[in-house]
Amino acid sequence: MTWDEMQPLLQDATVETLQMVGIATLVTLLVGLPLGVLLVLTDKGGLLQNRPVNKVVGAIVNVGRSLPFVILLVALIPFTRWVVGTSIGWQAATVPLAIGAIPFYARLVETAVRGVDGGLVEAVHAMGGSTWAVVRKVLLPESLPALLSALTTTVIALIGYSATAGTVGGGGLGNLAITYGYMRFETGFMVVIVIELVLLVTLLQLVGDFLSKRLDHS
Amino acid sequence: MITTKDLTKVYTSRGGRTTALRGVDLHVREGEVYGVVGTSGAGKSTLIRCVNMLERPSSGTVTVDGVELTALPGTEQRAGRELRAARQRIGMVFQHFNLLASRTVQQNVELPLEIRGLDRTARRRRAGELLELVGLADKAQSYPKQLSGGQKQRVGIARALAGDPRVLLSDEATSALDPQTTRSILQLLRRLNQELGLTVLLITHEMDVIKSVCDSAALMREGRIVEAGPLTELIATDGSALARELFPLSEFGAGHGGSTVVEVTFQGDSSGRPFISQLARTYQIDLNILGAAVETIGGRQVGRMRVELPGSHQDNVVPIGYLREQGLQVDVLTENGTLA
Ligand SMILES: Nc1ncnc2c1ncn2[C@@H]1O[C@H](COP(=O)(O)OP(=O)(O)OP(=O)(O)O)[C@@H](O)[C@H]1O
Ligand SMILES: [Mg+2]
Repeated sequence: MTWDEMQPLLQDATVETLQMVGIATLVTLLVGLPLGVLLVLTDKGGLLQNRPVNKVVGAIVNVGRSLPFVILLVALIPFTRWVVGTSIGWQAATVPLAIGAIPFYARLVETAVRGVDGGLVEAVHAMGGSTWAVVRKVLLPESLPALLSALTTTVIALIGYSATAGTVGGGGLGNLAITYGYMRFETGFMVVIVIELVLLVTLLQLVGDFLSKRLDHS
Repeated sequence: MITTKDLTKVYTSRGGRTTALRGVDLHVREGEVYGVVGTSGAGKSTLIRCVNMLERPSSGTVTVDGVELTALPGTEQRAGRELRAARQRIGMVFQHFNLLASRTVQQNVELPLEIRGLDRTARRRRAGELLELVGLADKAQSYPKQLSGGQKQRVGIARALAGDPRVLLSDEATSALDPQTTRSILQLLRRLNQELGLTVLLITHEMDVIKSVCDSAALMREGRIVEAGPLTELIATDGSALARELFPLSEFGAGHGGSTVVEVTFQGDSSGRPFISQLARTYQIDLNILGAAVETIGGRQVGRMRVELPGSHQDNVVPIGYLREQGLQVDVLTENGTLA
């Protein structure tokens, strides 16, 4: 294959990968962040201590994290079909991607939020703040650099997952690698795709680290 | 201003039960600086944390500025609305400052105002005034990590004052600071106490802190207050452990065998009178002065002198009585220098 043949294919696949990872990241953030905070708050000695809720959420998160992604991908097919109306293409891949990344990110959020100094929580209590004030004014802003690092890690994991999803009809760069690089023995194309993935991951890590450092005033 | 009645606190943890407070009656008057001292583990932090209910007492009542906080609903983790409103009128400063690293100095001071729901312009104006008051107006846009310990504590104080509190609680606010910075923070607290009429309850393990800023003090031991009162009264109390610690003379000589050693404490108007020479003249005694010191405690001049009188205690009943008649406080020591 010549570069001119590869280029349009690469371009489309890259856009697909970015779309599915982008949407999955957004959903992961919207669900995983509150879930991680909830895990901290409902824990023993937490501000909203609640054993049953903590145990149930913790168990769901653990199950989600221990399932291999390929299994999740297949097991979720009926659910995916129900949500997006199809089980193939990049749109369909966003569903298992998000479901797989939510528990992963939630645990990272939990660790980040636990890292916030309890003295700050106490200070807000002493000035008459509510639990909501503690979450909004202390727990989230103070752990922001760590939350951002965790998100970078999650997005990079999502790019890996998206390649897996691609191999079973999920579209994107993974799909391209399988259909051309593997099934049609286009080794050169495979190498190009791998290089692109490496560059993508490196770039994300650099940007993530930079932003995280910029936000860190401690 | 702050009253606790028969306050007890029992911590239950996996390791067992710890009784931190065993019936504490604290009474802090409006407008005074009240210090609590005691050895480590005596329950000082527990007591001050019970005052704004960061710690729920096991029994007893806490009343601050006329509001009985123990009667307000809520749990330790989650305070009810009334308790939160009451806390907005009670400032607190912490040993380790507890400033938010993610916020600038100004934003830190604005935090309690955000919680109270003030709008942006009002917050900014108030924060500016407070930073001016604590002498940090030029650091408004800095982050806490760019400040020294003393500056951080000034921010902590400005933040504690944001809600116009009537009461300021301070748990070892100067313990992480060097002596010179400690002095400047204490001066600031004293100034706020005088200018704003702020009632201050502070915890410390340094007698110097009590001596330099407090009007009253309490000594805690094993969950109880064993001595309390205005410093000037404590100094005048025979055998007061606090007075002895506030004003130690132990480094002075203990005299010889066969004599009686007394410590004479005098304050205010009696410090101007020549009672020693009067004593020597009246009773024809050869006095030996072992040591003396004069200090300012609670804003008053207090002096103490250790004097050796010839003969046994029995022989000296009359001269000692004479000194007591002069309105002086006389503690009789044994030959080895401890209290008789
Ligand atoms: N959260 C807690 N759980 C269990 N026990 C506690 C807790 N907080 C304090 N204690 C215990 O209560 C007692 C009093 O502690 P407190 O912190 O009030 O002492 P303190 O006078 O402030 O001491 P220090 O001068 O060291 O600060 C101690 O025996 C301590 O171990
Ligand atoms: Mg303490």
